Amino acid sequence: MKLLLKIWRQKDAKSPGKMVEYPIDGVEGDMSFLEMLDVLNMQLVEKGEDPVVFDHDCREGICGSCSLMINGEPHGPDRLITTCQLHMRKFSDGDTIVIEPFRATAFPVIKDLMVDRSSFDRIQQAGGYISVNTSGNTVDANAIPIEKEAADDAFNAAACIGCGACVAACKNASAMLFTSAKVSQFALLPQGRVEATERVLNMVRQMDLEGFGNCTNTGACEIECPKGISLENIARMNREYLMAATKG
Amino acid sequence: MGILDSKVPSGPLAEKWTKHKNDINLVSPANKRNIDIIVVGTGLAGGSAAATLAELGYNVKTFCYQDSPRRAHSIAAQGGINAAKNYQGDGDSPYRLFYDTVKGGDYRSREANVYRLAEESVNIIDQCVAQGVPFAREYGGLLDNRSFGGVLVSRTFYAKGQTGQQLLLGAYAAMNRQINRGKIKAYNRHEMLDLVLVDGKARGIIARDLVTGEIERHSAHAVILATGGYGNVFFLSTNAMGSNVTAAWRAHRRGAFFANPCFTQIHPTCIPVSGEHQSKLTLMSESLRNDGRIWVPKKLEDAKAIREGKLKPTQLAEEDRDYYLERRYPAFGNLVPRDVASRAAKERCDAGFGVNKTGEAVYLDFAAAIQRYGKEKALTSGMKDADAETITRLGEEVVAAKYGNLFQMYEKIVDENPYKTPMMIYPAVHYTMGGLWVDYNLQTTIPGCYCAGEANFSDHGANRLGASALMQGLADGYFVLPYTIGDYLADDIRTGPIPTDSEAFDKAEAEVRERMEKLVNNKGSKPVDYFHKKLGKIMWNKCGMSRNEKELKEAIEEIAQLREEFYREVSIPGGMDEMNPELEKAGRVADFLELGELFAKDALHRNESCGGHFREEYQTPEGEALRDDENFTYVAAWEYKGEPKDAVLHKEDLKFENIELKTRSYK
Amino acid sequence: MSGFASSSIARKVVMALSGLFLVLFLLLHVTINFTSVVSPDTFNTMSHFMGYNGIVQFIMQPILIAGVIVHFVMGFVLEVRNSKARAVKYVQYKGSANAPWVSRNMIISGLVILAFLGLHFYDFWVHEIAYKYVEANPQDPTRYYAETVEKFEPFWRTAIYVVSFVLLALHLWHGFASSFQSMGLNNKYSPGIRNFTRLYAIVVPLLFIFIALYHHFNPITH
Repeated sequence: MKLLLKIWRQKDAKSPGKMVEYPIDGVEGDMSFLEMLDVLNMQLVEKGEDPVVFDHDCREGICGSCSLMINGEPHGPDRLITTCQLHMRKFSDGDTIVIEPFRATAFPVIKDLMVDRSSFDRIQQAGGYISVNTSGNTVDANAIPIEKEAADDAFNAAACIGCGACVAACKNASAMLFTSAKVSQFALLPQGRVEATERVLNMVRQMDLEGFGNCTNTGACEIECPKGISLENIARMNREYLMAATKG
Repeated sequence: MGILDSKVPSGPLAEKWTKHKNDINLVSPANKRNIDIIVVGTGLAGGSAAATLAELGYNVKTFCYQDSPRRAHSIAAQGGINAAKNYQGDGDSPYRLFYDTVKGGDYRSREANVYRLAEESVNIIDQCVAQGVPFAREYGGLLDNRSFGGVLVSRTFYAKGQTGQQLLLGAYAAMNRQINRGKIKAYNRHEMLDLVLVDGKARGIIARDLVTGEIERHSAHAVILATGGYGNVFFLSTNAMGSNVTAAWRAHRRGAFFANPCFTQIHPTCIPVSGEHQSKLTLMSESLRNDGRIWVPKKLEDAKAIREGKLKPTQLAEEDRDYYLERRYPAFGNLVPRDVASRAAKERCDAGFGVNKTGEAVYLDFAAAIQRYGKEKALTSGMKDADAETITRLGEEVVAAKYGNLFQMYEKIVDENPYKTPMMIYPAVHYTMGGLWVDYNLQTTIPGCYCAGEANFSDHGANRLGASALMQGLADGYFVLPYTIGDYLADDIRTGPIPTDSEAFDKAEAEVRERMEKLVNNKGSKPVDYFHKKLGKIMWNKCGMSRNEKELKEAIEEIAQLREEFYREVSIPGGMDEMNPELEKAGRVADFLELGELFAKDALHRNESCGGHFREEYQTPEGEALRDDENFTYVAAWEYKGEPKDAVLHKEDLKFENIELKTRSYK
Repeated sequence: MSGFASSSIARKVVMALSGLFLVLFLLLHVTINFTSVVSPDTFNTMSHFMGYNGIVQFIMQPILIAGVIVHFVMGFVLEVRNSKARAVKYVQYKGSANAPWVSRNMIISGLVILAFLGLHFYDFWVHEIAYKYVEANPQDPTRYYAETVEKFEPFWRTAIYVVSFVLLALHLWHGFASSFQSMGLNNKYSPGIRNFTRLYAIVVPLLFIFIALYHHFNPITH
């Protein structure tokens, strides 16, 4: 098929960017979206032009590197997958596809479609862990039985890949879904309860410092999340936060 | 023995590690504060090592090319992690895990290392649970297990199909805690481009900031390479797009021996290649072989009709199907080790029984499992005579609960419903057992340069069993390196900070710059991927699932020619002092072009078939691998001498004192 | 605690609590208004009580005004902050793909309601203050019904009234249910709560509209 790509090009963080049009031919339905961009980049390199820069690595939907706002939606029109798993059969011959970076003040553009998501790392560093040293003599893994339902819920929260689609989709560029997923994972497990108070206070404080917007419960994040992380996590974090705050 | 000293401690196998830990030197907490360690790579091995070393008090700097340590490719491991916990009471023990691993590796691994790995496996699970890793649990609240290929017990712990992700996030969380304490400084979007040796010891690295293009010097008292495998030498593999050999190769060029490069694992259950544009291959977890049956048509004309789209697999009668794994290996059936399953698939496809357009795919069929589960579910739900439709529906529900995410992934990629029509799979490059040679302490042949995880060669011999890579990465990082590195660093407590303005750093940086400039200023006309794809084709066709002398010799020639063409013809837009992904790729492909040749050379010299290395000249009349224990029970460690073809072979003889060498049989 | 008050979650909770308070007030308001349809005398009695009772006038009324101000001011603060959180806007943003219009446009429905409140204050509150304290008129417990019905005589005012309450319905449709999520309540009861809040979001504004239309089409004939 033949497509018209409108891609955001920006030389570096300081330069202004603009949309540039690239017609592309010979796109096949079996190609992934990123393979389609690979083809474009091969053509650009052969012409001596700068290829379009975008983040990607595992290309199987788990590393969370790939991003892209495709026709106004993070990871494109398909649900529960990342851009690397989006296949071109979801588009039709003659389509125009608008490709932009994930936009948020806390995700500054590095180049073209690549953004800096280190704000997510800093939120995790503020408390997204259980303070246990590697000793080789922790208690036996089966010493604390954990209710299957709680373990499953913790897993479902922990499945977050940190791609930032929640922020990109949110009209307020809020990072509540991301932050709450980590808070929830530990809040649901007995091992994580010990530091629950400090954790939620510190992670929320860092989240606010990074300049993410506020949650207004539109639910866009949940719909666009490639891993289906639930809004219940945000409610849980709100609850945890209120409890923590009243504890002082 | 030559110059390779494995430093395996004396004494009985089961006591070696404890004894060694008691014997080696320690660094006092006060002195650890004065010692810097560089960790390159932040996957399971690197991330866990960095976190633990920082907890102990060392100053750690981590480097990864991704934008965050959490994105290292360990994250993509699906199935699980082995541990000899014997929670299922099925007779498992560290010895049995040790035995299975050595046998699975076709007796080409070092006994002492493997035993230590099996011993530490139990600690990993305890540690990860303490960190909050949400492993799957049973209704009683205890940890659940599943089975993997090549073993007869259930010892694999898992978190749905995302075990690697959960374990990596655990290590990443442990790192974050240390970053928050200021004990780890993380350099993300940085790529190591050279190892710096001062007076023969590894004392630092040259790295490039991938955002600004700046070349940086970083010094330390020791350097740990945990940079993963080199499967991307095949271009198409299940590795991440950025996975590369550069760090290990640069260390190799500086004096670290490269061991068994030809030992590569081809994973049997991957989604087949769909076309020329393909950039990577996607694995479908080995756990699918618990329930899926692998088959091809019995008759050539049926296979042809299927390839041409005239016949559907579901139309083929049971007696016209060849469940070739069950036929050839009745004892293990569909759960034979990966190398065996892969080779069997290739054998059928080469014989003309392949089932996709290119003839390079076999079926993985869940119809029987759906019926079996459906009937069971109907009975347990109190439906005595459920109709066929209900049974199928119930069966599909059970299968969805077990493998739903994998089925969904398959459907998104292939656009076929695997509940209704069998999946198509084909082997793909997945893991590299070879890597930098390390001794028992995980130290390479360069003093102060350590290597952990997939990047080293140590534990899996000629073939790795499923769910053992995660185990090795975490054992190395959490429980081995933090002890063994202290033994070396004990001599460095008075050294003080290593300056980066020394001649050694000047020289290393100048060489890196020269190399980059040469690439970026080249006036060629072909993009980097052109060469990478070409290299991949040579590797896959001539150094892939089966190899022979003639083709290996051709491969060596062709790769050398391609390398020459690369330096003449490659075209890289943009400059050095900016973000330049094409330049990054070029540097990596340049190193693959050297490694590939050494790979072929190693495969050519090993005149036997073992594990992932199958030489057509060495097989039994039934087509099984024929090992040559008399002449090849050794690790081939190659020393760099200027060109891959000039590499010098050093042998580490493998002594099996606790296991009898047998022909591996899964019949 | 110092960080708490300025945190994003505390702001959410303030929005939720002030919103819930206003929701409760709406119920009171609509109940009293509705009596004007059923029984003008009851309406007069209740209105007189509200207008002259000290607790209502000097404690509840300021609290209500404060609640309104807090809700609006916080709403604006959040809007400005949220806008800053994405300084460079998307060229193409398909909000409709993943969230309903009402949830994405609370500021628009809110602003319309605010504008309406201006008119409402001018019509009733300013009038009351002038009547009681500026002109210092004597108490007249029977004047309220007539004054109210008279207000709905002009078509334009009734129309504005109707439009504003449609917007209020939209605002409540998202806001009422959302307040529970903000305060951390999302569990098996949430679907039920959501149904109740949506019913409320339709019924209460509809009642206001009904009352307005009723009086518009049933003027007091002099």
